[in-house]
Amino acid sequence: MTQTRNLIDENGKRTDGRTIDQMREVKITVGTVRNADGSAFIEFGKNKIVAAVYGPREVHPKHMALPDRCVLRCRYHMSPFSTDTRKNPAPSRREIEISKVMREALEPALMLEDYPRAAIDVFVEVLQSDGGSRCAGITAASVALADAGINMRDLVAACAAGKVDDQIVLDINDTEDKEGGADLPVAYMPRLEQVTLLQLDGKLSQEQFNECIDKAISGCKMVYDIQRQALMQKYFGNETELKEEVATQ
Amino acid sequence: MSSSRRSTIIVEHLRKQQMWDALAKGKRLDGRDFGEQRPLEIEPNVIKKANGSARVKLGYSEVIAGVKVSTGTPFEGLENKGALIVSAEVLPIASPHVEPGPPDEEVVELARVVDRGIRESEMIDLEQLVLVPGKIVYTIFVDCSVVNVDGNLFDATSYAVVAALLGAKLPILEMQDDKVVDTGNTRDMPITTVPVSITAARIGDYILTDPASEEEACMDARITITTNEEGLCAIQKGFTGSFTADQIKKAVDTARIKGQEVREKLRGLAK
Repeated sequence: MTQTRNLIDENGKRTDGRTIDQMREVKITVGTVRNADGSAFIEFGKNKIVAAVYGPREVHPKHMALPDRCVLRCRYHMSPFSTDTRKNPAPSRREIEISKVMREALEPALMLEDYPRAAIDVFVEVLQSDGGSRCAGITAASVALADAGINMRDLVAACAAGKVDDQIVLDINDTEDKEGGADLPVAYMPRLEQVTLLQLDGKLSQEQFNECIDKAISGCKMVYDIQRQALMQKYFGNETELKEEVATQ
Repeated sequence: MSSSRRSTIIVEHLRKQQMWDALAKGKRLDGRDFGEQRPLEIEPNVIKKANGSARVKLGYSEVIAGVKVSTGTPFEGLENKGALIVSAEVLPIASPHVEPGPPDEEVVELARVVDRGIRESEMIDLEQLVLVPGKIVYTIFVDCSVVNVDGNLFDATSYAVVAALLGAKLPILEMQDDKVVDTGNTRDMPITTVPVSITAARIGDYILTDPASEEEACMDARITITTNEEGLCAIQKGFTGSFTADQIKKAVDTARIKGQEVREKLRGLAK
């Protein structure tokens, strides 16, 4: 990727007015799909993504069932109207790969051994895409899994960092992804301190890589707080009330 | 839809225990050290009909890559660059677990990860491969056939692609009266850098470079790191487990050191 124009101005502001350490606005709403066992809607910058979880339920076809644990199935899909030019609705090779890495990013957090011979289906639909839709999708899917009451070791929070104008920046957007130097999406379980998804597109020196992964992990921790708040909002109402309750105990 | 699956290769409990015993002593089942790669054999220009080719054996994993050059329209948004497309296929002859048919997600991932390493390193100077800017460009296909599976197809396939491109002869094409004409002459590919991918598997707390099939069947997680002379170009974490940030940083160190050894070997072939 060769960069053609400056993406960070002389005041250190990026194309969308953020500083290099600033994340786009993230909003998560829990339980937006009525029929699903668990669901979440996430707005991550201009990304609008809905995640729905069905299960644990019977496996069809039956031969796919595993005797000692649950089958996790994952589908990442982009709506035809989610991109600048219409996206063919048939699953592309990119979507097949993202479905796979997304499943592998969520699986370490789930106690699949608690549901032998069953299946959990995770559907992630991108309604409007901006850069970083796989991270936003994983973040929403993890909240939807928690909302479905699946036993989990931790939430999975995801955020990317990247290189723009030779600077390491947090949470790169669409323009920075297309025109910038490198993109490093990371999914992370903050309590267990484990990286569950890691991909890199673009050139980084070893020092830049170390800075980049640390920055992405710090972004994941910010996303984690928003995930927890969203879940608390649904299950305990106003978060301040919860804090008071805990304090009086 | 992506679905969790059971391993196609089943390792017996006794064998697994042997593996753990060996790992505790700092060795692997085949006697290698943790950071040691299996013997790597690269044979360039094995297919005379192709513009470039290579057969790579990494342990018992074996891949043949072939380069075919043609012309076509450039990709959208990349009007002044030639097109480079890397694909991979695991043939039914390669293992008893492979069935003919459309590629499953593992093969899609293999092809995309190998393609990403070559593409992001900008190994080929694609700007030199334009005939009519915005209209007609060279299209370079590198197709890989895996003919025997014994783990770590990512690295074996990546080396085959790089070796095939390093030895490839580009036919010199010209425009005459709006037609593409082959002059009959050839030149070397415009190579800028040599990307090398190094894959490691995590089994428990052990990080093993270049996992064989048996090790892949027992692994918790996998990481593929592509480097060039200057630094990193691409990474893919795979499989259902996770890594700590420290484990990743150490894997990057190993990938740079081991990558340099493989790079010298690949460069040696081109001479």
